[in-house]
Amino acid sequence: MARERRYIGKRIKRKEDPRLITGKGLYVDDIHLPGMVYAAFLRPPYAHARIKSIDTSKAEKIPGVIGVFTGEYFKDKVAPLTTAWALTNADLKPVKWPVVAYDKVRFTGDIVAVVVAEDPYTAYDALEAIEVEYEPLPVVVDVEEAVKPGAPQLHDEAPGNIAFKWTFRGGRDFDEVAKEADIIVKKRFINQRLIPSAMETRAAVASYNPATGELTVWVTSQNPHVHRLIMASVLGIPEHKLRVIAPDVGGGFGSKIPVYPGEVIVARLAMDLGRPVKWVETRRENFLGTIHGRDHVDYVEVAAKKNGEVLGVRVRTLANLGAYISTAAPGVPTILFGLMLSGPYKIKSVDVEVKGVLTNTTPVDAYRGAGRPEATYILERMMDIVARRLGMDPADVRRVNLIEKAPYTAVTGLTYDSGRYLEVFEKALKIAEYYKWREVQSEERRKGRLIGIGISSYIEMCGLAPSRIARATGFGLGLWESVLVRVHPTGKVSVYTGSHPHGQGEETSFAQIVAEELGIPIEDVEIVHGDTAQTPFGMGTYGSRTTPVGGAAVYRAVAKIKEKARKIAAALLEAREEDIEFSEGKFYVKGHPEKSVTFQDVALAAYTADKLPPDVEPGLEAIAFYDPENFTFPYGTHIAVVEVDPETFKVKILRYVAVDDAGVIINPLLAEGQVHGGVVQGIAQALYEYAVYDENGNLLTAGFNDYMIPTALDVPNIESYFEETPAPHNPLGAKGIGETGTIAATPAVVNAVLDALAHLGIEHIDMPLTPYRIWKALKEAGLLEKLKAGGE
Amino acid sequence: MEGEGLEVVEVSMKVNGKPVKAKVPARMLLVHFLRDVLGLTGTHVGCDTSNCGACTVIMNGKAVKSCTVFAFMADGAEILTIEGLAQNGKLHPIQEAFWENHGLQCGFCTPGMIMTLYDFLNRNPEPTEEEVRRAIEGNLCRCTGYVNIVRSALAAAEKMRAVGRWVKGGA
Ligand code: FES
Ligand code: FES
Repeated sequence: MARERRYIGKRIKRKEDPRLITGKGLYVDDIHLPGMVYAAFLRPPYAHARIKSIDTSKAEKIPGVIGVFTGEYFKDKVAPLTTAWALTNADLKPVKWPVVAYDKVRFTGDIVAVVVAEDPYTAYDALEAIEVEYEPLPVVVDVEEAVKPGAPQLHDEAPGNIAFKWTFRGGRDFDEVAKEADIIVKKRFINQRLIPSAMETRAAVASYNPATGELTVWVTSQNPHVHRLIMASVLGIPEHKLRVIAPDVGGGFGSKIPVYPGEVIVARLAMDLGRPVKWVETRRENFLGTIHGRDHVDYVEVAAKKNGEVLGVRVRTLANLGAYISTAAPGVPTILFGLMLSGPYKIKSVDVEVKGVLTNTTPVDAYRGAGRPEATYILERMMDIVARRLGMDPADVRRVNLIEKAPYTAVTGLTYDSGRYLEVFEKALKIAEYYKWREVQSEERRKGRLIGIGISSYIEMCGLAPSRIARATGFGLGLWESVLVRVHPTGKVSVYTGSHPHGQGEETSFAQIVAEELGIPIEDVEIVHGDTAQTPFGMGTYGSRTTPVGGAAVYRAVAKIKEKARKIAAALLEAREEDIEFSEGKFYVKGHPEKSVTFQDVALAAYTADKLPPDVEPGLEAIAFYDPENFTFPYGTHIAVVEVDPETFKVKILRYVAVDDAGVIINPLLAEGQVHGGVVQGIAQALYEYAVYDENGNLLTAGFNDYMIPTALDVPNIESYFEETPAPHNPLGAKGIGETGTIAATPAVVNAVLDALAHLGIEHIDMPLTPYRIWKALKEAGLLEKLKAGGE
Repeated sequence: MEGEGLEVVEVSMKVNGKPVKAKVPARMLLVHFLRDVLGLTGTHVGCDTSNCGACTVIMNGKAVKSCTVFAFMADGAEILTIEGLAQNGKLHPIQEAFWENHGLQCGFCTPGMIMTLYDFLNRNPEPTEEEVRRAIEGNLCRCTGYVNIVRSALAAAEKMRAVGRWVKGGA
């Protein structure tokens, strides 16, 4: 096994790039079918209203309009959407989301009518000619308002707007450990609502063949088979007659996991109209109608001892779900959040209660990190606040609390698989020159500069997920991954994976695994994904699962190929199977390297089939379904150094160091890319992004003018380092790297900013830490004068 | 308002070196002309507020957001899109640099990024990191955190300097 690796661990440039850098990618909006017509959706001007009447007659008369369709049309043809994560033991309410509203609208992204026209310009003209009479209803957007008695009610099925109530207790009783504590810190944190903002908006094209009953839907999806299963069910068509294709997908970050009304509507209309129908979301619609992320109010209590040891964490959360319960929504603020509340620490008690609350806002679902950033934020903010209250260095508080060795069974019951938590922590401090910055900080403070250093140590459960656990939590299916590896007669290999990478680069990293294991050139391997007619049923790409779960499936399938190939090679070499060795793409007889056949010879022999042993079938392909034994647990420490301008209160990041241990890294070039992108999304939450609704439920930040996703000027260079502690239960040793950056970065930056202000007496400011919020916090605390005087 | 922009106009221009001519509604945007009429779908649409830059093309030698230009405004113009950048099957140095430095993930912003840099590096062959960041400020990327885009741009500049002249896009 100590042989030199040719592909795994190498910085190999991507196989997907040649098409994408030459404009030859194929995104859904690039699909053009003969006879295709265009759909556009009318969204309501009210966040909560009864629909009294809809007059479509004027719109229908516009030349080029093929039809206008309202909720009445769809009501009996298409079943409403429901969540696929039926959270257990949480009294989850059966909230339904009609694809086109017919009685009430519940947020401004609901769909009230659909126009189909010969071209998109005409479709949008016709939207303006539809007359709808509404009876506005009282609106509630704030979770704390929504749970008050007398608040406007969204759904009859969910009294008090409570969609579920989930509780979890791990380890000792919180009140008991609190008795042993020297300090109790109580805080209310807002984890603000974010908008995923993939650069490609969502889109769908549907085409129906009435003769065969086959419906093909191209859709921006992270999980085409999940789309197929749910869409077939709501459309009432047999699953095998629906083909879902997700071609190149322009980013997802969770927002392309759910099944939405849009794709279901165009699918149904393609069947009814007998012409292909296309819909491409506008950016404004993307902000209104595609899921948002985060949005918690967290009441947190932490019990700690004088030496900084954190004994217990109690959290009461109101999680905003928006107007409906989206596909994976119930699992995000519960399983993926609550079970992460002890982090990489030896905490002895976790006590959490989460209410999922319905409001007149866009549905909230998994956004990069999904629950784990919210948990990490709470813990990492609290570590710093405990340090502050005890007069300790935040690094020392973490030293006291970090787990010493793995495997470790956390208080939540999760078994952390492998890791060197303290060692990686110390390494990050060293690389970032933590103590040097502490000196710089105090020196510069004397000159009036505000420098802060923030640490964030995280662990995440990913590689979602062992099916028995997923099912126990109420997830609709298992969370394994599939692959079909097909060796062609020439020895070239096609790999049909159920994963669906959309930027992560597994067309390359999966090919690396295959090429490494079969000893063939990477050029001989092609990865196919995203088409339900080609790949086995697969669960898709999210939750940092593609490499540890999908990649592990590839590894397993290739092992089966090698097993069969060895049998064939033995027959060709007229040797016993036990005597056949395989190395560098050649099978040879042990001790006789001159007696060999190549992998390509074997592939051909599998198809000529005349020299096969009696128990071996012709052909050379293998399928594998990999169901992980455990979650994987990447972890690490990120450190941000920031400067707050004492006049403009703008935050500048001076240095950002990420040290992540995601197990074995298949391709460091791609893994670094994941860290960079993830960190920037985390920084964006800390400093810039915030979805804002007015009290009437209008989204005030409904475009890039108002919702500030970072530009190249707003973010620093990111230094990414890896440690590689293999996941012992994973065939590749890989853990997943897609979300670590987002999870770690937000608290690292917030801690750094508050560290810069700590000497002034500011303990906490809710995100995003915009200049205005920093100024306001200082002003309200009467600290602006103190700051001018030098702050000492 | 009724009917505004519905009259049909004839436009002719040179796109990636080839003359094209078509009758289009006056209100048709250049980006839709390129994508839907000419089938050049490498130019993308990422917003409706001219923020994202995914639609950037070169018009008469300058980078423009093609969602802010009507097709008729490009009448008589020379347009270069991402499809026209590689010359005789050889990638442009900017494309090469993006490939080598992992300057793209989902690839949706990439054509616009590359076209913006094509214009910028033409004007500034020896940019600093800060200048590159400023140059692509009007191009949003949600995947890469810009780290490797900046790296790609600097690498492209170096490649182009090594060739000793500005590398023109193909036709
Ligand atoms: S499409 Fe966003 S700027 Fe043109
Ligand atoms: S690579 Fe995905 S938006 Fe830039």
